[in-house]
Amino acid sequence: MAVATGKSFASRFGVHIAVLVFVAIWTIPTLGILVSSLRDKDQIVASGWWNSFASSSQTEAGRLPPATAQTQKDGKYVLEGNIFGDGAKRNISAFGVKAAAPTQYPAGSSADLGEGVTLQVNADGSFVMTSPKAFEGDRGQRLYYASSAPPKFTPDNYQTVLFSEGIGRSFMNSLTVTIPATVIPILIAAFAAYALAWMRFPGRALLIAVIIGLLVVPLQMSLIPLLKLYNGVGTFFGVPSKTYLGIWLAHTGFGLPFAIYLLRSYIAGLPREIMESARIDGASDFEIFVKIVLPLSFPVLASFAIFQFLWVWNDLLVAMVFLGTAPDQIVLTAKLNALLGSRGGNWEILTTSAFITIIVPLIVFFSLQRYFVRGLLAGSVKGG
Amino acid sequence: MAAQIFSAIFVIIIGVGGCVAYFWGANKLLDLTFPSRGVTGTAAVNNLRRQGLVRPWLFVGPALIILTIYLIYPVIATLWLSFLDRGGSSFVGLANYEWALRDPDLRRSILNNLLWLAVVPAACTFLGLIIAVLTDKIWWGTIAKSLIFLPLAISFVGASVIWKFIYEYRGEGQVQIGLLNAIIQHFGGQPQVWISLPFWNNFFLMIILIWIQTGFAMVILSSALRGIPEETLEAAVIDGANPFQIFWKIMVPQIWGTIAVVWTTITILVLKVFDIVLTMTNGQWNSQVLANLMFDWMFRGGGDFGRGATIAIIIMIAVIPIMVWNIRQANKETGGH
Repeated sequence: MAVATGKSFASRFGVHIAVLVFVAIWTIPTLGILVSSLRDKDQIVASGWWNSFASSSQTEAGRLPPATAQTQKDGKYVLEGNIFGDGAKRNISAFGVKAAAPTQYPAGSSADLGEGVTLQVNADGSFVMTSPKAFEGDRGQRLYYASSAPPKFTPDNYQTVLFSEGIGRSFMNSLTVTIPATVIPILIAAFAAYALAWMRFPGRALLIAVIIGLLVVPLQMSLIPLLKLYNGVGTFFGVPSKTYLGIWLAHTGFGLPFAIYLLRSYIAGLPREIMESARIDGASDFEIFVKIVLPLSFPVLASFAIFQFLWVWNDLLVAMVFLGTAPDQIVLTAKLNALLGSRGGNWEILTTSAFITIIVPLIVFFSLQRYFVRGLLAGSVKGG
Repeated sequence: MAAQIFSAIFVIIIGVGGCVAYFWGANKLLDLTFPSRGVTGTAAVNNLRRQGLVRPWLFVGPALIILTIYLIYPVIATLWLSFLDRGGSSFVGLANYEWALRDPDLRRSILNNLLWLAVVPAACTFLGLIIAVLTDKIWWGTIAKSLIFLPLAISFVGASVIWKFIYEYRGEGQVQIGLLNAIIQHFGGQPQVWISLPFWNNFFLMIILIWIQTGFAMVILSSALRGIPEETLEAAVIDGANPFQIFWKIMVPQIWGTIAVVWTTITILVLKVFDIVLTMTNGQWNSQVLANLMFDWMFRGGGDFGRGATIAIIIMIAVIPIMVWNIRQANKETGGH
């Protein structure tokens, strides 16, 4: 493949740059939510995540102490102190006393508030307010200031999201849905695939054609009749219509055509001699399947398992139709969708929840990429 | 939390255990009903023959039952429901299809779906091909491919959150925390509310699917490119072909079949696109698509199953040509095996 191009230094350099650009476009979006999920929630809205290693500046509001804290000095009434308390490492760049002009005065300057009242706020947060008359009232002067805070990374968002937003619970629900919905179709499909590949019975060819046809039937065709069926069964037996059993079977049904197709083409390719010598030794089909075919098919079983796991874990539609939205049933994707509605502007919650929902697929994907790619190739190049 | 974990493990054991128990038990039962060991002569032969008749059905039985309930019956039922009213109780003939012809939302959805069909498969295949060719030439190509492949593992909802964050809009003059608006503001442009810009917002949603699916196209096409015989490329070089000629006239024609497969696979996916539209706009601002409109009709105001089924049929009709082509291909390949 390494022919023709790549001869000149310039074109080789160009290829590196081009690939680098593609890689950047494909990774930066994910990086954005990972970085944001670890940032302090006030800083997320104060600066873009790409600036997260620089100090972020934000405008805040506070109050000076009430009149009771005043002292008298040189015939003037004085209020003194530090708005951050002591020891905080933040930097004020400007301040103001009106909401409309929160950064009217630069830090360190003395603001004339009228009637001889002056206010000086320094960069470190210390302030001096003086007045010829005594301060009154038990509410202190409103103060606005623009401050910059050093970058702050914290796992707090994860704590919040996992334990108070219900993501932890949904994580368990997703596992409860995904594991059986991955294992059950493998078992059922493996037996069927073996029968379709190595056993003779009438209608076999038709069955294979039907399965290939079903490969592309859109999920949408099944939703309404199944919803009616589930509701009917629920009413008839007086049981809830949205159950884990219901969604396992639904995912099994939707995953079966691909599972049977993928496993059959692999199992049909196993060497005939092995099967025949086992049969001559008196092994039944069941024994051949369990002792010979299953172990030999491990790679393709792994491929399908990864597919189905990712598919079920990432599914939203089936979960929204066949599972409830109560905390004991709502899965991660549905929860994330709900949070997008209810917590639309809370990016610390959204980015953290999103990262938690994608972390499991990413781990599965990276650790088992080989099988995943193999399944992808077997599943699409041959049949489509 | 502990109770949840415990009950999850419990139901997993029940579900998977039930499955194993069926296959093991059914076979045991068959062996006991028609024993082949311990009996001799014709009895043993007859029993073995009977076992041979029954066993395939024990093996394909569960798959057959589930496929029938979850796919074959629903396809027929959906077709039937599309001729019934909203509750599915009385026959209304073609009324739902008449509605489908007139409904502006549905027309908008079909147009948007066509737009998606025109852009997404082409973009994924084209980008996938380019990246496959480029990464083949450099030493860190495998790592690059891995990273571009990665979004394929991310859910559509997760990807929507990721991109919603990129499209995030803050008023003009404020600090933009969305990457796209920040870049635009940096170069002096006007920040925009990208996902509510009619017409163009469709493309911003498509970018999400392209971002996810390009890795798929890349992997499949990359393996097809590896299968191209080296001699054809060498011959082209000797004949003095430039890289573009080699790409378009030597490489692309030889992997045409694979390109078609990638294209159709993504086409089917695009017809069913739902999650992205639901989470990004829920069909507002003229971004509705068929699958999301159908979901809407299934649950809107108690649900209209007749109209929902009609929309499903429209999606199905679009898929049928691909389905027929697939079955033909498969028949040709297996040739009656």
